[in-house]
This record gives sequence, structure tokens and C-alpha cells, in this order.
Amino acid sequence: MIDPIILLFLSSGLFLGWALGANDAANVFGTAVGTKMVSWRNAAIICSIFVVLGAVISGAGTSQTLGKLGAITALPGAFMTALSAGFSVFVMTKSGLPVSTSQAIVGAIIGWNVFSNQATDTSTLTKILSTWIICPLLAAVIAIVLLKLSKYFGRRLKISLIRSDAYKRIALIFAGALGAYSLGANNIANVVGVFIPVQPLAELTIGSINFSSTQQLFLLGGLAIALGVCTYSKKVMMTVGSDLGQLSSTSALIAVISHSIVLFLFASQGLEALLLKYGLPTIPLVPVSSSQAVVGAIFGISILQGITAVKWHVLGKIIAGWIVTPVVAALVCFIGLFFLQNVFGLVVV
Amino acid sequence: MFENFSLFKRTSELESKIDQFFDKLAEASVIYRLAVRGYLREGVSEEFKERLDTVGELETQADSLRRDIEQKLYKNILIPDSRGDVLGLIETADDVLTLFQSSLWAFYIEKPVIHDQFTSGYKHLTNMVIKAVDELALSCQAFFRNPHAVPSHNAKVTLYEKEADKVSSDLKVQIFESKIKLVEKLHLRDFVNGIDGIADHAEDVADRLSIYAIKRLT
Repeated sequence: MIDPIILLFLSSGLFLGWALGANDAANVFGTAVGTKMVSWRNAAIICSIFVVLGAVISGAGTSQTLGKLGAITALPGAFMTALSAGFSVFVMTKSGLPVSTSQAIVGAIIGWNVFSNQATDTSTLTKILSTWIICPLLAAVIAIVLLKLSKYFGRRLKISLIRSDAYKRIALIFAGALGAYSLGANNIANVVGVFIPVQPLAELTIGSINFSSTQQLFLLGGLAIALGVCTYSKKVMMTVGSDLGQLSSTSALIAVISHSIVLFLFASQGLEALLLKYGLPTIPLVPVSSSQAVVGAIFGISILQGITAVKWHVLGKIIAGWIVTPVVAALVCFIGLFFLQNVFGLVVV
Repeated sequence: MFENFSLFKRTSELESKIDQFFDKLAEASVIYRLAVRGYLREGVSEEFKERLDTVGELETQADSLRRDIEQKLYKNILIPDSRGDVLGLIETADDVLTLFQSSLWAFYIEKPVIHDQFTSGYKHLTNMVIKAVDELALSCQAFFRNPHAVPSHNAKVTLYEKEADKVSSDLKVQIFESKIKLVEKLHLRDFVNGIDGIADHAEDVADRLSIYAIKRLT
């Protein structure tokens, strides 16, 4: 049984997980649900299962990177870091700015580093910052390649309209499952990453299997994301679906697949090991923004389709988000830690 | 997720019904040609009546297929982003069958007297109309399987429609320059317009189809 106090401190991370599930599931299944290709019920079931699997099986890579940025050693400190990231996401969403949990948590960790006089690892920070730019660009490139391939094979295979609809439904489910797995693997670090160095949970033994604190945290975080998917994602999915609905169903499917691949690339330890084995440059394991990956993919598709009217204000807002989100989160975290330490007398460092 | 197990069964059923629908169109076009030729040869005969009935049956079967396709598309939420186009296509293509039927009914009821000097003109006009409709049926089927082939089929529809217009104009000139009574001239003109109108409608359907095909290819 988890100590209620520990659960209380974990609640900020779990809330962040819930918000992530409610918002980012739409990037995975929004198109499929919005266009009625997959029912919301089925999407929620698949998304919940795979997000938990992704978090538990492949969540370690990105969590280690966040750990290198700032290893928070006290539970109240981790609580405030996650809370300030969640608060920043909430405030910025209310202000209509596109916001990423990944960017908020990085800002919050830097806020903790500043408060605790810990030096921020600049090489890790640079690595993280570079992925924010690479992520949408890579999604755009992957989307362009996939669209070219789909056009090439579509012309040669001559699949009927009705049959291709059936294939698209199956593909949307597989892409959604991959996307949910990748979302869990990549973004679980945002949810419970800051709690890992503290190791708040005692080792749990069920039969002959031992579950470490980290594994339990991944499971709890994954379940929190799944709860967000099941309780609040429907509305967001419908909105994202109708936004993406201006794309053809093939383009929308490609946007989802590209997003899923990008998230997977930035989370896969297996791929990292494979690249290392062959002496190739590795892809940093960093939590990236799911929404920005989708926007990047759509941008790539738009370029290929010769749509010149690029929504520069959307691009501008994303770039502004790269700066504003972490700065706001860092400030909120710094002030919050100050209150927690000096008003409530809690050990935060 | 589980409904996908029956997805391919539903897909095959729908594909088969769409194919059947356009087969009915092509079949009706052959029967129509035979019926008009038969009328030109021997007026309203037993054979003509049988062909009129066959076209009527094909039209009824096509109507039933159309309703079935509509129901399947909406009930099973299939091809959500193209179903409006598919329904529009099937409904307008169904009108071609209605035009075949109403044209034959007009022959059956009004029994126009077509003098020998106009027979070849009517035959030629009917041939052009039938070629336009046959090409339209091929174009419609290509839309589902190979939208890249739609423009070339549609170009042929337009070509045959233009030819039908030319033949109908020549035939009308021939009719009005002849020595028959004005009332007969007007009667024969209406039949020329009735037959030519089928090719005009086929071209309208082909025009719609061109847009649908472009949407599919982008």
C-alpha cells in the first residue's frame, strides 16, 4: 500500500500525466476518431493499453536524460517541479498558446537547479533544446517521404477506394497503437521523471517478480495518462480531428504515422543501442512535444502538396512556446520551491 | 477494434454492389441500343416491349442497389471523406438509367413515325449516345480502382457527346428540310432531343467524376 503522503506528493506528476493523456491522445487518435474511421471507445482502449506498455517497457531512456538535467533529491522538491510544469501548461493553454509538457518540465527542472544552486548540465540542456527544433523538422521530413511513397505505391497497386478505406482503418489502428506506445515511452519522463531520483516507493514483490520504485512510477504514470485518455480526451480528439480534417485521409494517416515514428525515435533505447553497435550517431532520448511533431508532419505534407499559405503565426507561436514555456515553468518552480521551503518548512533540496 | 474482423467482408460486399450497379448501367445501354434499332426496323413489336421491360427491371435493380450502397456507406460509416462524392456519383449515374427507360417509354407510347431517310441518323445518334454511356460506366468503375484512368475515359465521354450533338443537329436539319408535316417534324425533333439528352447527362456525370477523381488524387 502506498503511503498517502507519498501519493499526495506524487499527485502533481499524476495530474500532469492525466493532462497529457487528455491532450496528447488526440495527436495519436484525433484524426481517426474525428473522421469516424475509429470509434472513440476503441481508440481510448487501444491508446490506454499501449501508453501504459510504452511507459513501462521503454520509458527509461528519456527519464535518464531528464535525470541528467537535474537530479531532484527530495520528494517535496519533485512535487513542486511537476506541479509548476503542470501549472504552466494550464496557464498557457488558457492563454491559447500551444504548450508542451516536455518543455514545461525542462523549465521546471532548471528552476529547481537554480533554486538548489545545482549547475545545469549544459551539454544535456543543449541536447534537449536541439530536439525541440529537430522534432518537428524530422516529422516534416518523414511525412514527405511517406507521402511520396504512398503516392508511388498508390499509383502502382491500384487499390480500390472501398478497400483502401478498410486498409486505412487498420493502418490508423496500428499507427495509433505505435503512437500511443511511443507517447508513453517518450513522455512518461515528463510525468514521473522528476520523482525517479527520489525513489519514493518501496520495492514491491508479487510472486517471484520484483517491481522497483522506478517501474512502479512508470506504471502509475502510465495509468494516469490512460485515465486522462479515458476521461477527457474525447472532446480534444474531435477538435483535433476536425482541424486535421482539412487534410485527405491519407495525409492525415501519414501525419499520425510520422508523429509516432518521431516520438519512437526519441525514446527507443533499442535503436540507440543498434546505432551505437554500428558506430552511427545516436538519436538523443529526450521527451519531445507530441503536438509539435504533428504540426511538423502537416507542415511537410503542405509543402509537398504545394500549399504556399503556410500558417506563419502558428509557426511563430510554436517558436515563442519554446522560449516562454520553460521560462514560465522555471519561474513558477523557483517561487513555489521558495514557498514550500520557507512557508511550509519542507525539505525541497 | 473487433469490428475490423468483419470490415473486409463488408468492404467486399460494398465493392461488389458498386460493381453490380455500374454493370446494370452498361447492360441497360446495350439493351437500349437494341430496342431503338428494333423500333427503327419494325416499330413497337413484342421484342421492343420485352426490351423496354428489361430496361425497366435493370432500372429497378439499380435503384435497389443504390439504396443498399447508401445504407451500407452510412450505417457502417465507410469511406467517410468520400462517401458524399460516391453517393452523388451513383445518384446521377442512376438518372442515366431513368433517361433510358423514359426514352423507350416515349417510343412505346407516342410511336413516332420515323421515315426511312432518317433511320440512319437515329442509328448513328443512338450509337454515339451508347458509346458515351459505356465510356461513362468504365470511367465510374475506374474511379473506384484507378482514378488516374478517369480523365482518359472522361475525354472519350466528351468526345462522343460532342459527336452526338453534331449528329443530332444534322438530323434535325434533315428533318426540318424534309417535306413531312410540321407536327411530325416537331415530334421527331423531340425524340432526337430525348436521345441526345442521355449523352448530355452522361457528360454532366463525367464532369462531376473529374472533380471527384482530382479530390482522390490530391
